[in-house]
Amino acid sequence: MQSQEYDAIVVGSGISGGWAAKELTEKGLRVLLLERGRNVEHIKDYPNATKGPWEYPHRGGRTQQMIREYPVLKRDYPLNEKNLDFWVKDSESPYTETKRFDWYRGYQVGGRSLMWGRQSYRLSDYDFDANAKEGIAIDWPIRYAELAPWYDHVEKFAGISGSLEGLPQLPDGQFQPPMPLNCGEEMIAERLRKLYDGRRRIIPGRTANLTEKLPGRYPCQYRNACWLGCPYGAYFSTQSSTLPAAVATGRLTLQPFAIVTELVYDKDAKRVTAVRVLDAVTNQATEYSARIVFLCASTLNSTWLLMRSATDVWPNGLGSSSGELGHNLMDHHFRLGASGRLEGLDDKYYYGRRPTGFYIPRYRNLFGDKRDYLRGFGYQGSASREGWSRAVAELGVGGAFKDTAAQPGEWWLGATAFGEMLPQHRNRISLDPDKKDKWGLPVLRFDCAIGENERLMRKDMMADMADMLEQCGAKEVSTFESEYFPGMGIHEMGTARMGRDPKSSVLNRHSQVWDALNVFVTDGSGMVSAGCQNPSLTYMALTARAADFAVEELKRRNL
Amino acid sequence: MSNRPAADNAIDRREAIRRVSAILGGTALVGGSALWTACGTADERAREQAAQQGIGTFTPEDIALLDEIAETILPETETPGAKAAKVGPFIALMVTDTYDEKDQAVFRAGMVTLDEASQRAHQKAFMQSTPDERLALLEALDREAKEYMDRRDAAVKRRGVSTTGSADTADAFLPDQRQENAATSATSGAVAVTADSPSHYFRMMKELTLLGYFTSEIGYTKAMRYVEAPGRFDPCVPYTPGEVTWAPHA
Repeated sequence: MQSQEYDAIVVGSGISGGWAAKELTEKGLRVLLLERGRNVEHIKDYPNATKGPWEYPHRGGRTQQMIREYPVLKRDYPLNEKNLDFWVKDSESPYTETKRFDWYRGYQVGGRSLMWGRQSYRLSDYDFDANAKEGIAIDWPIRYAELAPWYDHVEKFAGISGSLEGLPQLPDGQFQPPMPLNCGEEMIAERLRKLYDGRRRIIPGRTANLTEKLPGRYPCQYRNACWLGCPYGAYFSTQSSTLPAAVATGRLTLQPFAIVTELVYDKDAKRVTAVRVLDAVTNQATEYSARIVFLCASTLNSTWLLMRSATDVWPNGLGSSSGELGHNLMDHHFRLGASGRLEGLDDKYYYGRRPTGFYIPRYRNLFGDKRDYLRGFGYQGSASREGWSRAVAELGVGGAFKDTAAQPGEWWLGATAFGEMLPQHRNRISLDPDKKDKWGLPVLRFDCAIGENERLMRKDMMADMADMLEQCGAKEVSTFESEYFPGMGIHEMGTARMGRDPKSSVLNRHSQVWDALNVFVTDGSGMVSAGCQNPSLTYMALTARAADFAVEELKRRNL
Repeated sequence: MSNRPAADNAIDRREAIRRVSAILGGTALVGGSALWTACGTADERAREQAAQQGIGTFTPEDIALLDEIAETILPETETPGAKAAKVGPFIALMVTDTYDEKDQAVFRAGMVTLDEASQRAHQKAFMQSTPDERLALLEALDREAKEYMDRRDAAVKRRGVSTTGSADTADAFLPDQRQENAATSATSGAVAVTADSPSHYFRMMKELTLLGYFTSEIGYTKAMRYVEAPGRFDPCVPYTPGEVTWAPHA
């Protein structure tokens, strides 16, 4: 074996990659962290973090020029004037849509950890068991008990605020005190709890925003400007949390502008010996070697990298021997729900801009409930008093109209459902044989759609919220639905699933590639099913667990 | 529903959800469609119309007119008015940069229509009218715009699934023609308003005025109460009628 500069290479510096870098360096490994985009330094590179909202020429909105330049980003909320630089340039990184797939990416140090939604929920055995019980896809190779200590581990360090609820379908964790429900939410929560005896309940959103200090980080100041980058380090990001910890070990080398284009596979040793890197600025190619490689490039890009590697052995890439690489792509389907007006709170208000809302944990197909579809959904929502924008559609001009518009209006409560999407072999990505990106690299092609199970579930997702609001005394209750396309949830999962059998899975129960055990994939690629919970916390736990195993295996000289 | 101006709509997932809920609360901004949703390019006819009417450049006279329209909608009271918040130039910028060509054409034509209405009502241009005359005219236009937009909203609602998202999305959705017909026959005698009708020009003006004012520094710090870093979250505090909104952030 040649002498090696690094013990481990981590590809990608987002939520998973930051965790891999922290865990591996803290356990004594010399780590090279490769990031395809630019560096973003904590606080220093958050140019808009403390800007007044009035300082943006278009007050945060989108111009026609932006719409032309961002054909993907424009499809939903990410296209905006305030943090545009954190989102990928569509023109540099195109992709192909056999069916429409919305892919919202962040190519920089920190990845999407800078602008993520921060909702953090554990999976439970209702999720880990489901595939096996229902005969869907393949069984998860792990159960909740194996991941629980790793959830504990990452929650304590990341800083998740939330309430203890004792719900088996949404396990409690190592939480900081919750950000409480406001009076409108509390009123409906109380009525709902009575109506459903606690089986359906409104709980404070569990969020990666601090309510208590952590080393080097301050509690939330209730500015609700998280996605600009937080000068207080009050929400979890690579920059605020995992990267400083990794840097503090003195064993981390961070290299931005490093696009990993291929893993170098030694077919005799059955291991990856090096990674090929293209400098995003100079187009210079380099190789780096290490004993282990962690792929944390984000769900679809980790799979893209596998597809490009070891093609002399397997034409469809490293990990494709099972025939499942690129398949079983999932997201959470959403964009529908209901809202209603609350009465009796005209003398109530709230102070501070809370960066979370409420959550209604899944209740369908649990505890004796049986629907005509499998799995379920949770709701995210909030209550608030109307602001000035209500005045646009109201009759009136002049002084009295203006002064009324400056005062808070009625209370409204609304919630959107996030539903589980079943894994399907036919939902897949592949390499486009023709199209190339700015660096001449082949791009991904998407062929993914929701199926009958999701369509049936969507009826409940919309109707249930309206029913609950009616039952809880809300007025003017109405449902809403916007069209959903896979990817819009920004919860891409699957395409390199874990499993118990190399014939039907890409990764084993330790997130190792079956065909190259020194390669670990610990982002969303390994997900075997989607649950309906926001998935990032699970990637953190899977990454920390895999890092621990990898270091033990290195010590045992198994890698 | 939304305590947050729609200008700040693009916050994150959670805020997007809040915004969608806001639409159902009837409080979302519904004017220039290009402002809040991702739209494709205007169709050919709209392009031609736009070319004929001239879009893109607002003269100092145009901006003065927009300033006066905005000041009439949101005049100085105990707090500064729209002119002090430089809403006229803001409207010109937003129409130029954020409206698609079709909406720009509607807006520009609307400025002419507004002055013609002023001539009919008071035999003088808007700029030459007294504050009372201006207010009376805009009150009438506001009623006209609301009636028109309510009909459009009803048509959109009947069509079902919201097509906010993209032009592709809109194309993929086929409106039920029977429902569209029912919508227009229900308001027989009036101009046909469908889900695809453009926004009323005065709704655009009013929306941009409210947006420009309440997202200005004056709007944030003088019309509303703004604290950059509140430092705490009080989930339930007393509210006395007349107190102004705690301003949002992003």
